[in-house]
Amino acid sequence: MYVAVKGGEKAIAAAHRLLRQERRGPCDIPELGLDQIAHQLKFAVDRVMAEASLYCPNLAALAIKQAAGDLQEAIFLLRAYRTTLPRFAASLPLETDCMRQSRRISATWKDLPGGQILGSTFDYTHRLLDRSLEGNASCDPAPCAVQETADNKAFACAAESQESPETPESAGSAGFRDTGSFPHPPRLPRASHALEQEGLLERSWSAYEQERQGRMEDAQTLAAIADITRDPLELPCDRPEDRPLRLQMLARADEGFLLGMAYSTQRGFGAVHPFTSELRRGLVECSIVPEELDFPLVIGELEVTECVTISRYTGTALDPCLTQGYGLVFGNNERKALSMSIADRALRAREMEEEETGPAQNPEFVLLHGDNVDASGFVQHIKLPHYVDFQAELSLIRELRKARANKAQDGAKDGAAKEGTETSGGAQA
Amino acid sequence: MKLQQDLHTPGEHADQEAPLAGYNFAYLDESSKRMIRRGLLKAVAIPGYQVPFAGREMPMPCGWGTGGIQVTASLIGKEDVLKVIDQGSDDTTNAVSIRSFFKRTTGVATTTHTKEATLTQTRHRIPEEPLREDQLLVYQAPLPEPLRWLEPSEQETRVLHALEEYGIMNVKIYENIMRHGTIAMSFDYPVRVAGRYITSPSPIPRFDNPKMNQCPALQLFGAGREKRLYAIPPYTEVKSLDFEDYPFTVQHWDEPCAICGSRTSYLDEVVLDDEGTRMFVCSDSDACQATLAKKLAREAAGKDTSEASDE
Repeated sequence: MYVAVKGGEKAIAAAHRLLRQERRGPCDIPELGLDQIAHQLKFAVDRVMAEASLYCPNLAALAIKQAAGDLQEAIFLLRAYRTTLPRFAASLPLETDCMRQSRRISATWKDLPGGQILGSTFDYTHRLLDRSLEGNASCDPAPCAVQETADNKAFACAAESQESPETPESAGSAGFRDTGSFPHPPRLPRASHALEQEGLLERSWSAYEQERQGRMEDAQTLAAIADITRDPLELPCDRPEDRPLRLQMLARADEGFLLGMAYSTQRGFGAVHPFTSELRRGLVECSIVPEELDFPLVIGELEVTECVTISRYTGTALDPCLTQGYGLVFGNNERKALSMSIADRALRAREMEEEETGPAQNPEFVLLHGDNVDASGFVQHIKLPHYVDFQAELSLIRELRKARANKAQDGAKDGAAKEGTETSGGAQA
Repeated sequence: MKLQQDLHTPGEHADQEAPLAGYNFAYLDESSKRMIRRGLLKAVAIPGYQVPFAGREMPMPCGWGTGGIQVTASLIGKEDVLKVIDQGSDDTTNAVSIRSFFKRTTGVATTTHTKEATLTQTRHRIPEEPLREDQLLVYQAPLPEPLRWLEPSEQETRVLHALEEYGIMNVKIYENIMRHGTIAMSFDYPVRVAGRYITSPSPIPRFDNPKMNQCPALQLFGAGREKRLYAIPPYTEVKSLDFEDYPFTVQHWDEPCAICGSRTSYLDEVVLDDEGTRMFVCSDSDACQATLAKKLAREAAGKDTSEASDE
């Protein structure tokens, strides 16, 4: 008669078996390879790496496969794995000026030093379903052939000869040539650099960095920046010096959430009217200074998308100028990089003495609700049994109803009694 | 592809190795555990105060007990005997999942008997069996802030706690009484710890609140998603909020548990058919079984004696 909640252990094991089966699907369909996911579903892989804050395409592909394409689940898998990893060094700041670029556009300058590179993009495609992808089309090598850019040639040639090619550009970045045996890609300053120098644009962090003595000192100041994965977040988190913290949170925040936040500011909930000063994507070297050595070592390359948006500022905190918002995301993800830069700018409302008119300007709101591992866990926890609390609610409601019914009855009785004596006016009770 | 775990050669530190190959004992690395233990020490030193800590991602979702799991992981040792309950029962799906997680990552002994456990992790209940000094009770706390429904901003609530400015809570309780004639909070009923901080007891039914007062066991609370720790040290005064003329009361049932006949335990309602027939059974499955065993033993003994007298 009575079926208690016994047998949970068996039921869970069976449920997970079923899940594995469904993930695999019918056996006559070939199983997905990780390389297929990593190369043919690259945007998914990039998103998972960014929001898990762990750069490893192979593991991200594994997570996506294991999660059967549920990206938030994959992000969660990779995050949980990330916690188990030891921390052996903090990298130096990425030199995004020295990026091997695959795309770089500016919406504020028609032409700029280094030029515009359209690169691969969904922009300007007509969103028509391509029926030719329906079948197993064989790979057509012709359109895939990469046009050798000067950068790539220089890089390839250096890889062969192990010598730095003395191109005019790399000569210009003399200070950085001694950091490795490979040549750095030419230093390509931000589009906004000229404006910054003129003082029309508030100075960016990178401008400060350049003024610093050397990169070694940066490593020390960098170590002073709190790490959101190791230190508790302290609110209100709205001071200028909290910006690195906010950017860390935004970089791993849910893409959809950030998109919504950015969109809300554009529609008027918190006024940011941004221009894309620059959006670039490419590979940057990641370096560390090991404890036992006093020079940086390159440990690998990361693909990142970086975005600087600028917006007009006529408030009271600064002279009339343009202000910056910054976005940096692992892999190829322009939607998120743009959203992040807009959200970053919006979150500086306090610093800029702006009136807070939208949720996107409130750090507590944005930072505490943007993490999809947190959010998805908590929203879905209501699937867990709540028998006890529900029982408590149930008995409370019964109690309240009983009390109210009793009161109404008493009231009616009183009313009747009054009516008997005064003949009128007792029914309000 | 090589994972971090593959780099360890098995047997290298055979004595320190956790049962789950390649993972640390109780999953978390030792420095994270130390960080959590430091937070807990602070929490014990300031009873009821919410200590921020850098919560880690656990391999279970936030909101599913990651706070309690992190507290347990940072405290559990090889000698411990672990009990995990959810809604009072050891057999609820999430309790099963958390218990098997610690079995896999620590290999410690587990039990369903409250008496035998050195460390009990719980969600939404306090065991009926009174706890002892040598036991730890770890609560999973989803929303550690008791003022959250009155003030959504974390900044504001921290200030209110700092200034001991609890007027809004009193007003809420007053309004409750005005509107409903009673304090209409059935679970997560706020308490005042050691006469200072208003604290959330986690969503336990208010039936369990009195058990927290002067409890001999150390009570620890972990909120993973909100990244807060708090504690009630042993033998601390824990007072459920009320007014002199509207004193705090607990839930009561008109009928006893249908299985064990207990009249003193918290009962869950079980719907039996479409006609609304229902029965009430203990939510604490271990206590229910214990009471039932005692009752059966008593009955058997009674039978024996009656049989004996017959002869």
